[in-house]
Amino acid sequence: MTMSTRSRALTAAAALLLVPAFFLPIWTIDLVAPQYPEGIGLEIMVNTIRGQGEWDLQNINGLNHYIGMKEIHPESIRELAIMPWLLGGILVLGLIAAATGRKRLLQAWLVVFVLLAAAGLVDFWMWGYDYGHNLNPDAAIKVPGMAYQPPLIGSKQLLNFKATSWPGPGGLLAFASLGLGVLGLWLDRSRGPLRQNAGAAADAQAEDPRHAAA
Amino acid sequence: MKLSTSARLGLLTIALFGIGTWACQTSRSTGVASTADAASAVYVAPGEYDEFYAFMSGGFSGNLTVMGLPSGRLLKTVPVFSQYAENGWGYNEETKEMLQTSYGFAAWDDSHHPELSMTDGVPDGRWIFINANNTPRIARIDLTEFETKEILEIPNSAGNHGSPFITPNSEYVVATTRFSVPVPNRDMSIEEYAGNFKGMLSFIRANDPGNMDVAFQIIMPGYNYDLAHAGKGPSDGWMFFTSYNVEEAHTLLEVNASKRDKDFIAAVDWKRAEECVAEGAARTMPARYVHNYKGEDRIARSVMKESVTVLDPTACARLVYFLPTPKSPHGVDVDPTGRFIVAGGKLATVIPVHSFEKMIAAIAAEQFEGVVDGIPVLQYDAIIAGEVQDPGLGPLHTEFDGRGFAYTTAFISSEIVKWSLETFEVVDRIPVYYSVGHLMIPGGDSREPWGKYLVALNKMTKDRYLPTGPELAHSAQLIDISGDKMRLLLDFPTMGEPHYAQAIPAELILDKQLRLYRLSENRNPFATMGEGAAKVTRQGRRVDVHMTAIRSHFAPDNIEGIEVGDSVFFHVTNLEQDWDVPHGFAVLGMETAELLIMPGDTRTLLWRPTRPGIYPFYCTDFCSALHQEMQGYVRVSPLNSGVPVAWGTGGRLTTGQPAN
Repeated sequence: MTMSTRSRALTAAAALLLVPAFFLPIWTIDLVAPQYPEGIGLEIMVNTIRGQGEWDLQNINGLNHYIGMKEIHPESIRELAIMPWLLGGILVLGLIAAATGRKRLLQAWLVVFVLLAAAGLVDFWMWGYDYGHNLNPDAAIKVPGMAYQPPLIGSKQLLNFKATSWPGPGGLLAFASLGLGVLGLWLDRSRGPLRQNAGAAADAQAEDPRHAAA
Repeated sequence: MKLSTSARLGLLTIALFGIGTWACQTSRSTGVASTADAASAVYVAPGEYDEFYAFMSGGFSGNLTVMGLPSGRLLKTVPVFSQYAENGWGYNEETKEMLQTSYGFAAWDDSHHPELSMTDGVPDGRWIFINANNTPRIARIDLTEFETKEILEIPNSAGNHGSPFITPNSEYVVATTRFSVPVPNRDMSIEEYAGNFKGMLSFIRANDPGNMDVAFQIIMPGYNYDLAHAGKGPSDGWMFFTSYNVEEAHTLLEVNASKRDKDFIAAVDWKRAEECVAEGAARTMPARYVHNYKGEDRIARSVMKESVTVLDPTACARLVYFLPTPKSPHGVDVDPTGRFIVAGGKLATVIPVHSFEKMIAAIAAEQFEGVVDGIPVLQYDAIIAGEVQDPGLGPLHTEFDGRGFAYTTAFISSEIVKWSLETFEVVDRIPVYYSVGHLMIPGGDSREPWGKYLVALNKMTKDRYLPTGPELAHSAQLIDISGDKMRLLLDFPTMGEPHYAQAIPAELILDKQLRLYRLSENRNPFATMGEGAAKVTRQGRRVDVHMTAIRSHFAPDNIEGIEVGDSVFFHVTNLEQDWDVPHGFAVLGMETAELLIMPGDTRTLLWRPTRPGIYPFYCTDFCSALHQEMQGYVRVSPLNSGVPVAWGTGGRLTTGQPAN
């Protein structure tokens, strides 16, 4: 039930990959319109949302008022207060799994990671839905049937803006981290889980001197 | 036989017509590139940038225009010495003081020579200087903002034509007096001109932004001082000035100042002048002149200065020498190597080229033909490097391509003549349309010209453009000088009289451009940092409106309690922090100007309503889809009507009293 040295190293590397993710954008939203040829955009950090340029957030909030979107105030978004702790928790759990070499911890780590990542994406989608649909009825520009939800991933035309949403370097590191964890587990696939599930056959194998030697 | 004055003038006119006709007949080729070649050479595709920024003096418009080369497109007008209602320059409270002079508020001037700052003899794109000719002043324009930051008046000067020519490391810009006057100026008979009227050459510290000042002046004989250029390389440390009217005439100069065969170039050793000033050889003279500058808060201040340092050549030996130069020299230009001093004699039939090396040798050997007011006059033959024969009629100005060729404008024969600095022989010529004054090659007066284009700055445009009544467009012409033969590429109109110009590769200043002002660093005392701080206050008859502008509304947009007879100061802060989003402000019945407020800036306009009513105000600079809705109202009530001062945006009006 213990991990191979290789797998432990991979798990440790996977956990440590999350360190720079604290300082890099997890997700980016790029906006391009004819009158913003230089582009304007948002970066979602683990603990805040900021403009790509110094004044982008302020200007996006300013532009959004035409269509009645709420202003984005990072300090009032609760998820951003929780996310650093969750990411930190995953990092620590990954390190513990690597340190102890307990395969169950690695499995748990992966499950938690996947669940939190999924929850994060769902939450992001809901956040986008709320901002894109919950519009001020007094907005100056009303297009029947139009919503301004940014795409979860990929590009979408929102009036004059083409919005492109994509994981940032921090997000890519998180995916890479998850990938390394899965790889670690996969490389150890002939250890632990097989034996457990194989039952008597595994027990029989355990008595096999060839396996004992291994 | 004695001729009357009018008869002599008539003969002169006939003579000029005659030689003009002769010149036309002798023009060798039109030098026009084929239409398709020319068009493609100046074509800048949509969305592409021009290769050069060209800074064209606005002449009698008193401003500076910025154009792209080779396209000839107008990019910007920078107001300098003239009020400019388009953006409130000289009208709003932040810039009014820039137009202060010792004569009072000067709303207009005549700007001739833009001059780029230099490092090591090469334009560096930090600043550009320009002169006011009528009320002698020099301005410094910051090329990160394309805004005038500083204006210095020149005392003891009258007619500041020959300025602001710069030294190789921007130590000084110079200013010459076109008109000699009594120094200090006083009431006296004009007939006593000779010996009593003086010329002044001023050296102005140029490399300390915000602190331009007259470092010293040199008091000279009462000639008319015209143009100047600094030495470079071996001649660094010298400044050369042309003069005319060594006859010291004071009436009908066109005849009386054109009698002598030669006038003078004054060669000034300015490093020697620094020594003499340091040794206490100069005297301090009372003088009243103002220095106007914009502080960190971007508000202009005007400071009166009380004295100036004046150096008399008789008190400082080896300071000035006269180089005899035929005839009524106008331009004086130093070639990129700094070895040759080229004079343009308005009435001369050759272009005299002085050798700096020979000049130094002649000084050492004391080859003087005389001394005037303590200033040695060098022997012409001892200092001349060569004379360019058949240079066209009325040679005025010369610039250089950095490949050993000089280009001289010929005013009377309307052509540009290319000649070799080795052989002093003409190698090419091209007609221009018409009466060319200055010419400009980017960096063409520097140590390293970007010698690809030449711009001819013409005085007349008959038959070149669609006519527009008696006043026609002013003109420049772009000529390709990259090959052996000059080729005309483009005619393009300019603003005002484009007297002189300078140009610099766009890449040298493109990346330094400021996109906006940081609102957080706005130090205007009347800045309103957010809509929550917008308010209206009254003190006696003065009302201050602390207003903000952002797409697409003002705050406040409803104001009451203004009375006829009030002085209403609209302090409008543009809250935007986005590139290319200025807001404008204008109010019904405004007698002066509008405001144009850049992102993050505050500008103030004074309004004095004269009759009761409702006065709309609005944003004048298109800002958004809802620009047209960016408006508001001021209620003006009769004097002493007692309507309380109140204001509001999007709700009920407040009087500023704290809510309970």
